[in-house]
Amino acid sequence: MSTTTFPPAPAQAPPLPPEGNAIRVSVMAKSRPPDASRSGIWVAIFAITMSFAAFTSALFVRQGSGDWTHLVVPPLLYVNTAVLLMSSFTLEMSHRVIARGLAGEASALRSSLRWVFVTLALGLTFVAGQYLAWRKLAAQGLYLATNPNSSFFYVFTGMHALHVLGGITALVYVIRRLTGSRDVFRRSTFDSTAIYWHFMGGLWLYLLFVIRMRL
Amino acid sequence: MAEASVQQAHVHAPPESFIRKNVFSLDHKTIGKQYYGLALVAVFTGMALSWLMRFHLAWPNAKIAGLELLSKAGAPGGVITPEYYLSLLTMHGTLMVFFVLTNAPFAGFGNYFLPIQIGAEDMAFPRFNMMSFWVTFVAFLVLFTAFFIPDGPPTSGWTAYAPLSAVGSDAGPGLGWGQNLWAISISLFCIGQLLGSLNFISTTLDLRAKGMTLMRMPICTWAWFITSCIGLLAFAVLLPACLLLILDRMAGTSFFIPAGLVLSDRLQNHAGGSPLLWQHLFWFFGHPEVYIAILPAMGIVSHVLITSMRKPLLSAKVIIYSMMSIGFLSWMVWGHHMFVSGMNPFSSLLFSFPTLTITIPATIMTLIWLGSLYGANLQITSASLFALGFVSMFVSGGVSGFFLAQPSIDIYLHATYFVVGHFHMVMGVAAIFGILSGTYFWFPKMSGRMMNETLGKLHFWITFVGTYCIFMPFHYLGMAGNVRRYSSFVDDFMAPLLPLHKFITIAALITGAGQFIFLYNLIHSRFRGKPAPQNPWNGTSLEWSIPSPPPWNNFGGKHPVVYHDSYQYGLKGSKGDYVMQDSPEQIVTE
Repeated sequence: MSTTTFPPAPAQAPPLPPEGNAIRVSVMAKSRPPDASRSGIWVAIFAITMSFAAFTSALFVRQGSGDWTHLVVPPLLYVNTAVLLMSSFTLEMSHRVIARGLAGEASALRSSLRWVFVTLALGLTFVAGQYLAWRKLAAQGLYLATNPNSSFFYVFTGMHALHVLGGITALVYVIRRLTGSRDVFRRSTFDSTAIYWHFMGGLWLYLLFVIRMRL
Repeated sequence: MAEASVQQAHVHAPPESFIRKNVFSLDHKTIGKQYYGLALVAVFTGMALSWLMRFHLAWPNAKIAGLELLSKAGAPGGVITPEYYLSLLTMHGTLMVFFVLTNAPFAGFGNYFLPIQIGAEDMAFPRFNMMSFWVTFVAFLVLFTAFFIPDGPPTSGWTAYAPLSAVGSDAGPGLGWGQNLWAISISLFCIGQLLGSLNFISTTLDLRAKGMTLMRMPICTWAWFITSCIGLLAFAVLLPACLLLILDRMAGTSFFIPAGLVLSDRLQNHAGGSPLLWQHLFWFFGHPEVYIAILPAMGIVSHVLITSMRKPLLSAKVIIYSMMSIGFLSWMVWGHHMFVSGMNPFSSLLFSFPTLTITIPATIMTLIWLGSLYGANLQITSASLFALGFVSMFVSGGVSGFFLAQPSIDIYLHATYFVVGHFHMVMGVAAIFGILSGTYFWFPKMSGRMMNETLGKLHFWITFVGTYCIFMPFHYLGMAGNVRRYSSFVDDFMAPLLPLHKFITIAALITGAGQFIFLYNLIHSRFRGKPAPQNPWNGTSLEWSIPSPPPWNNFGGKHPVVYHDSYQYGLKGSKGDYVMQDSPEQIVTE
């Protein structure tokens, strides 16, 4: 009895490629790895979700103590929320035309780049806005160690802002790649950055909900 | 022509400079060896610490020459103080669990062999990979610094239970900057492992060679893959926990510190924190961490056993499914570390049930390893001996787990040497046996030279017998009520146990000394060993289809195609009793 092989075995050994300069390079060098950034970004999102789940469960346990108070959420937070959500929208505007831009259509590329710049500006505005919100809380005498609610507020918003800064770094990288030599630019780099950026928006909505309901 | 230049831009030529080749290397093989080397430094340091502790336990008043130089306050006149004993214990546990049991079998061997076994040229994200090692290296340095600061290393154990770990220097020596360094080190370690896990998962999912379906991956590749999934989630929880701990220590928050603590006659300025919260967060990471240590060892041992038996396991698939179920169940059992913590007793029952359930896949795996040995033509090598030693340790250490998993029995045995014996055998030494098995098995591939088999077997027998002499009596000590973490047992009820402690200490000194045979063998063989052929053990997986050591790009620019399952042994192949995974020949079974 015999079993067949998969993929089907070649009838004979495949012919060796002709000798030449390019071949010499390929024998020594590593070829560009297959694209893994899309799976990579989802794995990263999984890990970040787990981290914030840990923070949230810490909140629920800590809430059981008797010293839980409530803090008034600075209204500025809602403006920041709008800015972050808008930045997701502008990044999608860029996303829509990037394929044509990468295919060589100069106006599409310019438009795409412009929207990435707008997204970057909105992202920076969001982080600056969060900083202002902290200043407002501090002005009320609410610091990191004042009470458990303020502790969790700073931890949640601080960790989220740190992750948004990671996204901003990715946007800067995309801009550098789009303005530099594009032959090594991968569409998936853009896609992964966009997925991460939208995740930051979603994560913020979740955190805002928790802050609003629990802190 | 334009296309050719694009092609050129896409390939990565081997690095020329020494630094890029050997230090800040992007190559997964170099990074794997770096992880292994770091683990080697950590394991010998950890072993030296255990020697100091064992020596002190057996002869509490004996002076240890030279120890005063390391810590004047911790060992005045060369005699270890109770506090310094706890420091040594903390550093031993931290080094061993994080920098040895996580680094060597998972990050070390995984980095080196996972890409090769799936037919890839490198990891998916080589830069993250390099960063992962160097962050881990910095974490090691930060932890190691604790030995040399005036405060000394922390005394709160590798589990760093709050509030002791959270309150700061008022609580005693080592709990000021020593504990800060610990928390920073472990946070960095988490970041390194997260980057590593991300790489492992993406690489396995996206970079497999043509024909390498998931079920065709060798069992150790599966083990690394499952481990990286566990690591990704576990370290993602430990990192926030460490950040909150750092905030409690440095920023004055009260996540883990309750109100009204008076330490060194000072009322601590904290309120409302929950020490149990730390235990929950820590063990939610901590129990899966046990499987991060043991699953790669299980994979390595299966891989080595199959090759040595020259026949497939009874079911490789069931091994893989068992590892998956262990990985899944590992998330539901953390509370079994907290049966006596004051947690709701009803939760104890809830945690006890999955803990007992997890023994089912573990038992299935053991039965498959043992059952497959029946009728096998086992080749006795250092690698296969250590693989069998792993099974032995895993069973001997695992059986005591049945007892500890039940809250009513655990209440008596908790915090005794019974627990210490249990986890040292089932996760500590068993995983070390897996690492050693993997080392003897893959050293020829990694270095291009064979290790000395006679020395390897001598090393095995000393280690195997020695380990039983050390850790089996621990179980008896625990049942006799010998509590752990005490620096001496001169109290009435424990004094009669002292002769047994002396026996254990002598066994530990001899077993530890035996490890230098391994170190000598490793270093000597690296330079003077017999040159290794491409496939010294007649293995079937892809690492044996390339030269020893592999070229920089693993497959010499070719893209391997995989035609068979990973373990085609006991057949009539063109090379003997096996068919390699990338061999296009038809398999004929009779």
